Amino acid sequence: MTDTVIKCNSVYKIFGTNAKKMLQEANGNVDAKTFQENGCIVGVNNASFEVSKGEMLVVMGLSGSGKSTLLRCISRLTDATAGKIYIEGQDLLSLKNKELIELRRNKMGMVFQSFALLPHKTVLENIAFPLQIKGVKDQECINKAMDMVKLVGLDGRENYFPRELSGGQQQRVGIARSLAVEPDIWFLDEPFSALDPLIRKEMQDEFLRLQEKLQKTIMFITHDFDEALKLADRIAIMKDGIIEQLDTPANIVLNPATEYVKKFTEEVPREKVLKIEDVMEKPNNENLSDLKVSKNEIIENVAEKILTQEKSVTVIDENNKIVGTLHPSKIIHTVFGGRKNKG
Amino acid sequence: MELLKRYPKLFQWLFLLVVFFTLCFAIDVPETYKFIRGQAEFIKDPNQSTYTLFGIEVRYYAFDTLWRLPPLLGWLPIWINDSLFFLLNDWMPIEIWNEDIQEYKTRPLVLQITRTLTSSMTFLIELIREILLGGVKTIVAFTSWDWISENPWAKLPGLPWTIVAAGAAILSYKLSGKGLAIFAGIVMIYISIFGQWKPSMQTLSFILVAAPLSFIFGLSLGIMAFKSKRVEKALHPILLVMQTMPQYAVLVPAIVLFGVGDHAAVIITMVVAVPPMILLTLLGLRGVSPEVIEAGRMSGCNNLQLMFKVLIPTARRDILIGVNQVIMVCFSMAVISAFIGAKGLGFNLLLALNQLNIGLALEAGLCISLIAILLDKMSLAWANKQTDYFGNLTFFQRHKNTLFFAGAVLIAVIFAYAGSFYFKEGFNYLYEIPHNKGISTADFWNKGVDWIWDTFFHTLKIFNTWLIVDVLQPMRAAYLRMPIVATFVLVMGAGYIIGGIRSAFVVGGLTLFIALSPWWDRALVTTYMATFGVIVSCTIGLIVGTLCSQNEYTKNFMLAVCDIFQTFPSFVYLIPVMMLFGVTDTSVLIAVIVYATIPATRYTIEGLRSVPASLHDAGSMSGVTKLQRLLNIEFPIAFPHMMLGLNQTIVFALFMVIIGAFIGTEDLGQYILKALSDRKGAGIGLTLGICVAFIGLIFDNLIRTWVEKRKKHLGID
Repeated sequence: MTDTVIKCNSVYKIFGTNAKKMLQEANGNVDAKTFQENGCIVGVNNASFEVSKGEMLVVMGLSGSGKSTLLRCISRLTDATAGKIYIEGQDLLSLKNKELIELRRNKMGMVFQSFALLPHKTVLENIAFPLQIKGVKDQECINKAMDMVKLVGLDGRENYFPRELSGGQQQRVGIARSLAVEPDIWFLDEPFSALDPLIRKEMQDEFLRLQEKLQKTIMFITHDFDEALKLADRIAIMKDGIIEQLDTPANIVLNPATEYVKKFTEEVPREKVLKIEDVMEKPNNENLSDLKVSKNEIIENVAEKILTQEKSVTVIDENNKIVGTLHPSKIIHTVFGGRKNKG
Repeated sequence: MELLKRYPKLFQWLFLLVVFFTLCFAIDVPETYKFIRGQAEFIKDPNQSTYTLFGIEVRYYAFDTLWRLPPLLGWLPIWINDSLFFLLNDWMPIEIWNEDIQEYKTRPLVLQITRTLTSSMTFLIELIREILLGGVKTIVAFTSWDWISENPWAKLPGLPWTIVAAGAAILSYKLSGKGLAIFAGIVMIYISIFGQWKPSMQTLSFILVAAPLSFIFGLSLGIMAFKSKRVEKALHPILLVMQTMPQYAVLVPAIVLFGVGDHAAVIITMVVAVPPMILLTLLGLRGVSPEVIEAGRMSGCNNLQLMFKVLIPTARRDILIGVNQVIMVCFSMAVISAFIGAKGLGFNLLLALNQLNIGLALEAGLCISLIAILLDKMSLAWANKQTDYFGNLTFFQRHKNTLFFAGAVLIAVIFAYAGSFYFKEGFNYLYEIPHNKGISTADFWNKGVDWIWDTFFHTLKIFNTWLIVDVLQPMRAAYLRMPIVATFVLVMGAGYIIGGIRSAFVVGGLTLFIALSPWWDRALVTTYMATFGVIVSCTIGLIVGTLCSQNEYTKNFMLAVCDIFQTFPSFVYLIPVMMLFGVTDTSVLIAVIVYATIPATRYTIEGLRSVPASLHDAGSMSGVTKLQRLLNIEFPIAFPHMMLGLNQTIVFALFMVIIGAFIGTEDLGQYILKALSDRKGAGIGLTLGICVAFIGLIFDNLIRTWVEKRKKHLGID
C-alpha cells in the first residue's frame, strides 16, 4: 500500500576491535554478555523493521539501550557491523562517500539532543548552513533560511547567536536547520530531552503541528515513554540493543509483548492514550443508545458522556459511517481493570 | 602500627628520605673530586681516563661509580655534530641548475634544502621590512643588482611612520574598540618619538613573518595529528621535549644548518613556536562536541568542508589562543635570536646589556614589551571577536575602517610630503625619526642606576653577600655532595611512590641520560638554581595569590598584572636585576624568581577560583572561619590545579636559569652559550638542551602523575 522509505534487515552494530569476527562466529545469535567478556559492546542487536512514507516511528529506550546507535547506523554516521539498510530502495551501506553526501544533502535532516548549533554562526547562518554546503546561491540561501525561521517562529531573532537564545529557541534553530534542504527523511535524536517540561510540551505540540503540515518520514528517538505515546504512529521499544516490541501505541499499551515493555505501560494513564477505535467492538445489532462518538476521539475526552449511558454507544468514522459499538463497561475495564494489583 | 596503616604514603616517603640520606653520608667524596670550572672537560689532563666509542675519544675524570657515573654518552654530542656536518656537506649530492653560471652544479641535498629555505625566508623578511622601511632588495630579488643600478628610481619607498601608526590604531579599533586603538596609537608614537622606529620595524617584520608561518605549520600539523593517531603518536615525544627545551639550545644547531641572520632566527622561532600551536589546535579540535561534527556530516559536509566550516570555526577560541601563544614565543625569540644575528630591538638590547648600558637596554626592552603587549591584546581581541556576516549594514558602515585607513594614508602621505619641504636640511621627522634623533632617556636611567648604586651600595652589597655566602653556596655544595646512587634512589623512589613502577622507570631513564652525559655536575648546579628559584617563587606566589583571592577586585587586578608580565620577553627581566645587583648569581636568581612567580601566582588564584560556590556555601553553613575554610576546603580542592602551577613554575624557572647564563653562571646554560660560539657546538648545544628538557620532564612527569591521581581521587574531571 504505502512506499517503504527506510528498511532495515538484521542490522547489528557491535563496538570493539574484533567485532566482525566475533559476529561471524556467533552466527546470528548475539549474546551481549559473552561479547562483553571478549571486549565487545553490543550497540544494536538484530534490528529489522520498515518505516513507510509519512510515518513517524518513535524508538524508545533507556540510556544505553542502543537507540541512538540504531539511528546513527541508519543515518550512517557510524557503519553498521552487519545487516542491510535500504533508504528508498538504495542500499545505504554500499554507497560511496560521494553518494552518501549527496543523499544527506538532499534527502536527510537530523536534529540533535544538545542542539549542535555552530557557535560562530547566527541563527540565520546556522539554518542556511546545509544550503551553503550544498552550494546554493547566497541570496537563495537567505530567502530559504528566512522561510524556515518563520516556520519555527523565530522571526526577529535571525541575527542572534545561539548563545543568546534559550534552550527551546536553540532547538527550534536545530529543527529549522534540519528542514532547510527540505529532506524527505527526518531524524530526531532526543530533540526535547534537554528542555524544561513546560517547554518540552510546547515543542511537542509545535512538532506535531509541523508534521501535520510537512508529512515527513520520521525516526524519532526518545527515552520518554509518554512522549513516544504522544507523538508516534508506531513505537519501537529497545533494550540492550534488541527491539523488544514494535507496534502502535495502543497495541503496546494493551498488549505489552514482554515483561520489560509491561513495566512502562503499567503507569500509563490509558484513557489519555487510547482512542475509541482501540477498544471498540465490531458493529452488531444489539440495542444501542443514541450517543454517537467518533472513533478518533481519545477516551478521556468522551468517557464522561459514554459512562452516563447504560447501553452501548455507536462508533462512527469521519464519514459518519458506523464502524463499531462500545459498551460503557468496556471503558471501565480498560481504564481500571487488568492492572497489576499494587498494595 | 595504627599510624602506618592510616598514612602508608607518609611512611614510604620517610623511608625513602632515610635511605637517601644514609647513602649520602655513607658514600664519601672521593679525594680527587672537585667541581671543574670552565670547560676543563675538554682540556687534556694526565689525571683523565679515556675511552673510545664509534671512533670518538672521550676524556673524563673517573670516580667511583657510586659517586659519579662515567660519561658513557660523552660521544653523543660529537657524533651528532659529525652526522650533522656529514648530512649537510656530503650526503646525497644532487645536480642543480645554477642560474648565474648557466650550468649544473653538484650540491648535497640537505644543504640545497636549507639554502632554499634560507633564501625564501630572507626574501619574505626583506619584503615586509622594505614595505615598512623602504629598500631595494625585494626588487633585486625579481631582477638583478645591475638592473637596479640602471634604474635608480626602482625601490620601495617605505611607509611613513604615521601610516603604520594610523593602521595599527584603526585595526585595534576594529578588533576591540577605542581603548585598544588609543593604546596602539600611543605605543606607535612612543616608538617613533624615542627614535626606536627602525629597530622596532625590523623586529616587527621578523614577527610578521615568523608568526604566520608558525601558525600555518602548527595548524596543519595539529589537524594532521587530529586526523591520524599515528601522526599524533609520532609528534607526542617531540612536543613533550620541546615544551621544556630551553629556547637557547635550539639556536646552536640552527647556526650550523642555516647560518647566521634573520632567516635562521625565523626558522628557529618556528621550531619553538609550532609545538604550542599544535597542542592548542589539537585541544580545540578535540573539544568540539561529537554532535556538532555529526550535525556537520548530516548537513552533507565533505571532509574538507567539515574541517574548515565546522571544526575549525567551532574550535576557533582555542586556536586563536594558540596564535596568541605563537606571538608571545616570537617576541621572546626576537630577543634571544639576536645571539645568532637577528636585527632589531633584540640586537640593540643585547648590545646595550653587553656594554652594561642599562639605560639603553631599558629603552629597547620597554619598546619590545610595549609592542608585545599591543600584539598580545590585539590577538586576544581577535580571538574573542564574533563576526557578523549577514548584518544589514550600509556600504559606509561595512567599509568604515577601510575608508578611514585610506584617509589616514592620504593625510600621512601629504604630511610626509609637506615635511620634506619643512625639514629641508636633515631629516623628515614626519617620515621616519632616525635612531639618534629621537628623545632618549638612556642618560636619565643610567644616572638613576648610578644613584641607586651610590645610595644603596652597602645595603645591596650586604644582602648580596649574605645570600651568596650563607644561602646559595651551602645549597649548591649540598647538591653537589649528592652521590649519584643517592640521587637515583631519591628520584626513582619518588616516581615509585607517586606513580608506580612505570613512573619510576620513566624518571629513572631521564635521569640516567643526564647522568651519563658529561655534564652531571652542571645539571646539578642548574637544578639547584631552579630549585631555589622555585621554592621562593612558590612561597611568594602562594601567599600573594591567596591574599589576592580574598577579594574580587584584587584578584582580577593580580591576574591582569600576571598577563602583562607574562607578555614581556623573558630576556627583558634581566635588565632591572642587572641594574640592582650587577653581574652576579643573585641577579640571575632574582630574575628567575620574578619570572617564575607569575605562573605560581596565577595558578594559585585560578585554583582557588575553581572551587565551586556550593562548597563555599556548604562551608559557611557548617560555620567555618575564613582560615578554616581556606585550609579545609579551598586548599585541598585547589591543590591539583596549584600543582600544575608548580609545574609551570619549574619550567619558567629552568628557562630563566638558562637565559641567566648571559650574566654568567656555571650551569648547563653557560655551556649552551659557549656552544653558540663554537664551530662544533651544534651537538653539544642540542645535547645540553635535551639535558635541561629532561630535568624539566622529570618534574613534569612526577607532578602530572600526582595531579591525575589526586584529581581522580577528588572526582574532578
